[in-house]
Amino acid sequence: MDTYSVMREMADSWGLLAMMAFFIGAVLMLFRPGAKKQHEDASMIPFRETKPDAADNNNSSPKSEKPLEGLS
Amino acid sequence: MDILKLIVLSFITICAAMAANFGQDLAYIIHALIIMAVSFFLFIREVQRFGDAKPAVETGYQDSVVRAGVIATTFWGVVGFLVGVFIAFQLAFPALNFDLPFTTFGRVRPLHTSAVIFAFGGNALIATSFYIVQRTSAARLWGGNLCWFVFWGYQLFIVLAATGYLLGATQSKEYAEPEWYVDIWLTLVWVAYLAVFMGTIFKRKEPHIYVANWFFLSFIVTIAMLHLVNNLAMPVSIFGSKSVQLFSGVQDALTQWWYGHNAVGFFLTAGFLGMMYYFVPKQANRPVFSYKLSIIHFWSLIFLYIWAGPHHLHYTALPDWAQTLGMTFSIMLWMPSWGGMINGLMTLSGAWDKLRTDPILRMMVLSLAFYGMSTFEGPMMSIKVVNSLSHYTEWTIGHVHSGALGWNGMITFGALYYLTPRLWGRDRLYSMSMVNWHFWLATIGIVFYAASLWVAGIMEGLMWREVDPQGFLVNSFADTVAAKFPMYIVRGTGGLLYLAGAIIMCVNLWLTATGAGERKSSAAVAVPAE
Amino acid sequence: MSLFRHHKKVETNATLLLVLSLGVVAIGGAVEIAPLFYLENTIEKVEGMRPYTPLELEGRNIYVREGCYVCHSQMIRPLRDEVERYGHYSLAVESIYDHPFQWGSKRTGPDLARVGARYSDEWHVDHLTDPRSVVPESIMPTYGFLKKTALKPDSIQAVLIANSRVGVPYTDEMIENAAADMEVQVDPDGDWEEMVARYPKAQVRNFDGQEKLTEMDALVAYLQMLGTLVDFSTFQPSASR
Repeated sequence: MDTYSVMREMADSWGLLAMMAFFIGAVLMLFRPGAKKQHEDASMIPFRETKPDAADNNNSSPKSEKPLEGLS
Repeated sequence: MDILKLIVLSFITICAAMAANFGQDLAYIIHALIIMAVSFFLFIREVQRFGDAKPAVETGYQDSVVRAGVIATTFWGVVGFLVGVFIAFQLAFPALNFDLPFTTFGRVRPLHTSAVIFAFGGNALIATSFYIVQRTSAARLWGGNLCWFVFWGYQLFIVLAATGYLLGATQSKEYAEPEWYVDIWLTLVWVAYLAVFMGTIFKRKEPHIYVANWFFLSFIVTIAMLHLVNNLAMPVSIFGSKSVQLFSGVQDALTQWWYGHNAVGFFLTAGFLGMMYYFVPKQANRPVFSYKLSIIHFWSLIFLYIWAGPHHLHYTALPDWAQTLGMTFSIMLWMPSWGGMINGLMTLSGAWDKLRTDPILRMMVLSLAFYGMSTFEGPMMSIKVVNSLSHYTEWTIGHVHSGALGWNGMITFGALYYLTPRLWGRDRLYSMSMVNWHFWLATIGIVFYAASLWVAGIMEGLMWREVDPQGFLVNSFADTVAAKFPMYIVRGTGGLLYLAGAIIMCVNLWLTATGAGERKSSAAVAVPAE
Repeated sequence: MSLFRHHKKVETNATLLLVLSLGVVAIGGAVEIAPLFYLENTIEKVEGMRPYTPLELEGRNIYVREGCYVCHSQMIRPLRDEVERYGHYSLAVESIYDHPFQWGSKRTGPDLARVGARYSDEWHVDHLTDPRSVVPESIMPTYGFLKKTALKPDSIQAVLIANSRVGVPYTDEMIENAAADMEVQVDPDGDWEEMVARYPKAQVRNFDGQEKLTEMDALVAYLQMLGTLVDFSTFQPSASR
């Protein structure tokens, strides 16, 4: 029954508090400055639309997208 | 290689024929015949092509499979909504069960849930993930024709599952009803899906894996894990559809709802968030609000979701500690869910004016609003006191549908409107006013649906527990059934409106793909150079 | 605060991302589900539980096949009105031989966990054939076809074997006599003593009132035994559960 008591304890009190603390910590970390450039770069991936291969003349390729407008 | 293909296909055809011959129940025999027909058709096609010169290796994006996926999504969507409307009216007018075994609510309801979740939602996920992973990796889909195996294999899974339900082959675990051999087939298809997706990421030219792909990846692996564990079963006979679950009673119940809740969490949430993180920025033409928030969103969502299953079993014979764990995590889940919603909505900051002019973007924003609403309602309903009232009632059904129709439906419609002109090489959609009509029909439909079931659910919950001063129950069960009749009508009407919107979308997408709009305005804008 | 710097590795390595996310999602399931298999107080200790008779088991298969669980729960919660309406709250042990469980999630119709012995066989047959003839407000589909579908006793043995393979304690004797036990349960004039010795409290009646053995017999036999097995005088609620 030892495992049971541990589980019960965790679900009811301290474990819950610890997980809560972990979560709030994680959220707080969000507001930390740093690694900003990488993330900005990564968030631009959908707009690059680099074609897989250079010689691309078959009909399965999409039309090129409109360039971005008004991005700061 | 071609010889090997022929041998395998003829072997499958013969095995299926034998299985049909020895089959012990109707569902099994019909399934064996379907498999026989499919493999025989493939065999003939291989023979015809035998010795033909190999077609040149294609380059560029593999978009034909995405086009097929768009068609399949639209088709299964309309089928699933239609079946939903049908069973909604069965509850109001039981004569619609037609006194036939195949059309009873008990057999058709799993058909509805599987059609909308797995056929409509699943095809949407496969198609959009194939589209997005190619764009964000700058790579063609890995594995050549393997993606076509995934597509057609998945359609076969849908057909086998759907016909099985109507013929009475079910293992009675909600959203995991298909019997053992259908489960095995889905496992094969899913492994191929994972291979195509991972393979494409491996050969990407972009150093970073875009966040949409994380959500897709976690959706694929988690669904694989859930599917395998929840479907562990012992077939009664290799020539019959019936099987016996490995687990029983309380263990089986928790396994099922661990699966069931995470089918919501990973199939209907993580996968669709992958769509959101690509299509919302693209349609708004701005990068996602905070990439960092998306990282936090990802890890906290997948970590917390998996624990929430026991809230489906509050006050049951499941031990209390498991119920408490489930409730705790369900409430915490509110935070990452809203983090993700805010991230999606704030992507529009500085471009809110687009909502006035772009009905597609409006659809996506509405879907995020419904995501936020149902991820608030969900944690609330997982609180034990609330659950004691809401559980077993229509409220749960209303909650599920505000998530499914609002969040999953609307984001998928948005993605379909985004994809169709691009995939068929059109400048724009056939008609924007039809998108507008779709938007309003669907929105009003959801409001009718959710509101009527809130009323019905809370009313029946209160009626069940009502006692008179002497302590006797006031209402018989039959009273509560009769009281719900008007709400059932309103709910069915809501479903009908939603279906009408989807049919308008079908027409619009069809006319877009066939180029009717282009011909209409022949003064075409110059096609951009490749 | 180097977490984010390390996170960059994850963001650029697909395999690592795959393994980590699988690890993260595996934790919850493992911690919640695994203890149910070894914590001793998960399943209560009571007297009276036995495996289903072959006829009841076939009835249960029909219940599953027709999707009855879609509208009927078999799980009474320990709430005042539910205990009042349906009887003693359900115990985990009562579904110990249910592969799979039939607790359900929705009550479009009433709970059935203790429907056994509440109504007559005739009521059940009438109700299944035409629900609105006995409950005018009912919205249940009709199941008259069960009365016309004959039951073949020879296929039940394989079902018992499959159940015993996943842990239901069917003895060799039970498996050997499966077909005969099924037939004798609807024949009060037959030699049913041995069958009842194997399955205590089994009810022997012609459930559907027809000459031949039908699916209606099986389904009514199943409904009539639901919730009747446990002897509640032997039940001690556990405080820490």
